[in-house]
Amino acid sequence: MAKTHVTMTVNGKAVEGLVEPRTLLIHFLREQLNLTGPHIGCDTSHCGACTVDLDGKSVKSCTLFAVQAEGGNLLTIEGMAAADGTLHALQEGFREMHGLQCGFCTPGMITRGYRLLQENPNPSEDEIRFGISGNLCRCTGYQNIVKAIQYAAAKLAGASVKEAAE
Amino acid sequence: MLADLGEDARPLAGGHSLIPMMKLRLAMPAHLVDLGAIGELKGIRTDGGDIVIAAMTTQHELIADATLAARLPIIRETALAIADPQVRYVGTLGGNVANGDPGNDMPAVMLCLGASYHVVGTRGERRIAARDFYKGIYSTALEPGEMVTAIRVPVPPAGHGAAYEKLKRKVGDYATAAAAVILTQSQGRIATCSIALTNVGETPLWAKDAATAVVGTALDPATVKKAVAAAEAITSPAADNRGPAQYRTKMAGVMMARALARAKSRAA
Repeated sequence: MAKTHVTMTVNGKAVEGLVEPRTLLIHFLREQLNLTGPHIGCDTSHCGACTVDLDGKSVKSCTLFAVQAEGGNLLTIEGMAAADGTLHALQEGFREMHGLQCGFCTPGMITRGYRLLQENPNPSEDEIRFGISGNLCRCTGYQNIVKAIQYAAAKLAGASVKEAAE
Repeated sequence: MLADLGEDARPLAGGHSLIPMMKLRLAMPAHLVDLGAIGELKGIRTDGGDIVIAAMTTQHELIADATLAARLPIIRETALAIADPQVRYVGTLGGNVANGDPGNDMPAVMLCLGASYHVVGTRGERRIAARDFYKGIYSTALEPGEMVTAIRVPVPPAGHGAAYEKLKRKVGDYATAAAAVILTQSQGRIATCSIALTNVGETPLWAKDAATAVVGTALDPATVKKAVAAAEAITSPAADNRGPAQYRTKMAGVMMARALARAKSRAA
């Protein structure tokens, strides 16, 4: 199959590659860009482990072709921390609030949480649960994931994170 | 391009039905034509008494639109019941209505509203009433080479009550059964009513007799019972892992009764 040239911005860097028309975005990210943070979980657009941010939308990269992201601006878990290694408030929240056990769902949860907080910087618990309803966790039962996102919301708002840590 | 490639080609909207089907090898199109960059297929506009929604408008955009929230709240309520946030950012109204999957939620809403679809093909443009569009599972009135470009919805009168009630096992599931209701009332009695059902037959179902049964009444329990019986009578669900056929028929009635009550409570 003839390959197609794609260019996009991933985590602030211009990237390009040759892909088959059928190549899924998740395969392009993982196999050609070596960004293995986004995971392939269910491969049926249910679990959200492959979630990345594309042009201001949370998307499941297992259900998009790489060519559909042509010219797009992507953020993956690899782009969350600052250049000096300082964790993003969401990453810190997941660490502090024990928002992960096995960690498989975490990159998707954090990138989804990122877009959720962009759209709604002060979500209620219900809004967080609804907002992450496309991301499945099979370990922690969500309670600490919700707390981790609340922690990040508080930190990003400049508030004390103590309350979220209660 | 679609016309040149013929039946080997499929238009690609959000792809959140088509790509999973391709992974299962239930669809094997030789060519996909991505509609993503066609600006004319985006947007929501008012045209007289109608609201016209371009086919590539995503569920997320439907949810965020202030005009729809104010004048056609059933569309927002239904979009929020579809799949999950990530899927709603990408999945489109056009894909949802044109796919012909009886599990899709928007077709019944469009039947309920009396919407029509703008269709473009090699022989030009035509409009098809949603109520005439669905022929069977994945079978619609679209001819080869034709595509839905917009959805035209007549806006119900101000003060109407609307509700979409969906029973599903979990987030992201298709309905076990669901019901859409639009009604108006006058002095406590139902003046007009339209009802449609999702996923309890090979197509979405317009429940005309059930709606007729409630018009002129105050939605008393005996009337609701009659309407439920009329709705159940037109269902023919398949048994699947959502439950046996008889259960899904009963749930269609339950969803309809709930949607009627909620729509009435919302009507002026």
